[in-house]
Amino acid sequence: MKRILVGIKRVVDANVRIRVKSDGTGVETDGVKMAINPFDEIALEEALRIKERGMADEVVVATIGVADAQQQLRTALAMGADRALHVRSDTGVEPLTAANVFMKLIAREEPLLVILGKQAIDDDNSQTGPMLAALWNRPQATFASKIELNEGTARVTREVDAGLETIEIDLPAVVTTDLRLNEPRYVKLPDIMKAKKKPLDTLTLAELGVEPRPQLKSVRFEPPAQRQKGVLVKDVAELVGELRKRGVLS
Amino acid sequence: MSQILIVAEHDGTTLNPATAKCVSCARALSGAQVTIAVCAADAGRIAVQAASIAGVSRVLKIENPANAHPLAALLAPQIVAIAADFTHLLGPSTTFGKDLMPRIAALLNCAQVSNIMALEDATHLRRPIYAGNAIVTVESQAGAKLVGTVRIASFEMAPGGGQAAVEAVTLDIPLPAHTRFVSLSAGKADRPDLQSATRVISGGRALGSAENFKILYALADELGAAVGASRAAVDAGYAANDMQVGQTGKIIAPELYIAIGISGAIQHLTGIKDARTIVAINKDAEAPIFEIADFGLVGDLFQIVPELQRLVTKSGD
Repeated sequence: MKRILVGIKRVVDANVRIRVKSDGTGVETDGVKMAINPFDEIALEEALRIKERGMADEVVVATIGVADAQQQLRTALAMGADRALHVRSDTGVEPLTAANVFMKLIAREEPLLVILGKQAIDDDNSQTGPMLAALWNRPQATFASKIELNEGTARVTREVDAGLETIEIDLPAVVTTDLRLNEPRYVKLPDIMKAKKKPLDTLTLAELGVEPRPQLKSVRFEPPAQRQKGVLVKDVAELVGELRKRGVLS
Repeated sequence: MSQILIVAEHDGTTLNPATAKCVSCARALSGAQVTIAVCAADAGRIAVQAASIAGVSRVLKIENPANAHPLAALLAPQIVAIAADFTHLLGPSTTFGKDLMPRIAALLNCAQVSNIMALEDATHLRRPIYAGNAIVTVESQAGAKLVGTVRIASFEMAPGGGQAAVEAVTLDIPLPAHTRFVSLSAGKADRPDLQSATRVISGGRALGSAENFKILYALADELGAAVGASRAAVDAGYAANDMQVGQTGKIIAPELYIAIGISGAIQHLTGIKDARTIVAINKDAEAPIFEIADFGLVGDLFQIVPELQRLVTKSGD
């Protein structure tokens, strides 16, 4: 069975304006709209397309999170994932713990490919993919904008600062997605109904034998320094004049 | 005392300015000893550049033909092999560092702090989360090794004038063959690099086409500026992927940033708010970009940009 394992994270929706709690203990997440991390949606879409091309037999989606994270798993099933795994954790886990959880899931599922988002838009850590590849002692292809699967290998184009880098990796491997890999499909209503019947297993960290080992403590949250609103100039000549006054144009 | 190892970023011949910015971050820790590791096929010239950064005490050259291209799966075990004596391992928060540092952290079984804005002391670091809408102070465990990526827009390059000792390190460790470099198609090299340019001009969806982006290139060439783009412009195919500025693209801090036809989504603003001076040109007076711009000009970009180019050309700027 050629299987693709996709990791998704429940995050505050990208369109929500985040506010830091006034007592500095965190950010306001009560009652805000939650969604699948956009990069993870791209990861799932890519897995589904690989399966639709006949290059994989099954797409398994997994998340680590609170009870309500099942909403995001159901959305993923409605998009087309075959099965879902929910690893319950009522507190956020650090990326290294997340990678350790995925190691356990890999041992159970023996995937050909693990696809994750390049970063989650809440913590902006960008760590779990490479950490998982390291623990697994397998290749990583981060920031993928194109994945070409072949027998036993994959050719991945990566969005790097210098341009587009192409690497070849042996499978199994970990790939993390960048924005331009694909455009995720919309979920249709009948698929939401069908998704309710798809298998969704719940596991705990203890059942998987993973002990969360937090190494970092968030001690204070603050809003960022605000830029002062500037002035409107009436025309290009005034703009150039102002920039010269500031010394940014000579 | 903190012993900090910085993994050098380079293109095979030249040290990337991001490395000297990591040195500035590390030097904020009083009494820190800073070492730079250069993994390359031929590290000679890069090591000399690294050794000249003020405040660096040692440069380690790790030469191997397999290091001709920066593949994290190959570099990580080499850095891990020399990691024992260091309290902190840092790399830049560029695609190079984001790819490599977490792999190192996992092999060392230690935590990583991404996008460090400030090292307050050996165990307290500040970093942005939620696209820069919150800043969190993170405390790491005293005595535990820590891996980090440095948000390079938060730091100036450390000055030159240093004279660090350069040592060659020979490692006898197996490197994996499961990851192979195929090719790199680089963006245009005749323009300044987006992440280190002192002036950046970015275009948004309002440009309307890749063809229309040419007016930005013309202005950029006049100003010696790099050209960036909003996500919307990249998604529409007007600009290359590596030009994207913002939360999920490049975070930049130029002296002058000119946003042209960019409305200013929060994800874009997070990539530019460390710019010294921000200019916004947009036909919509209500665009959020004007909220953070030092100078705003409301109008038709197709008239304004050529006129701006004429005015700066005339002055010989």
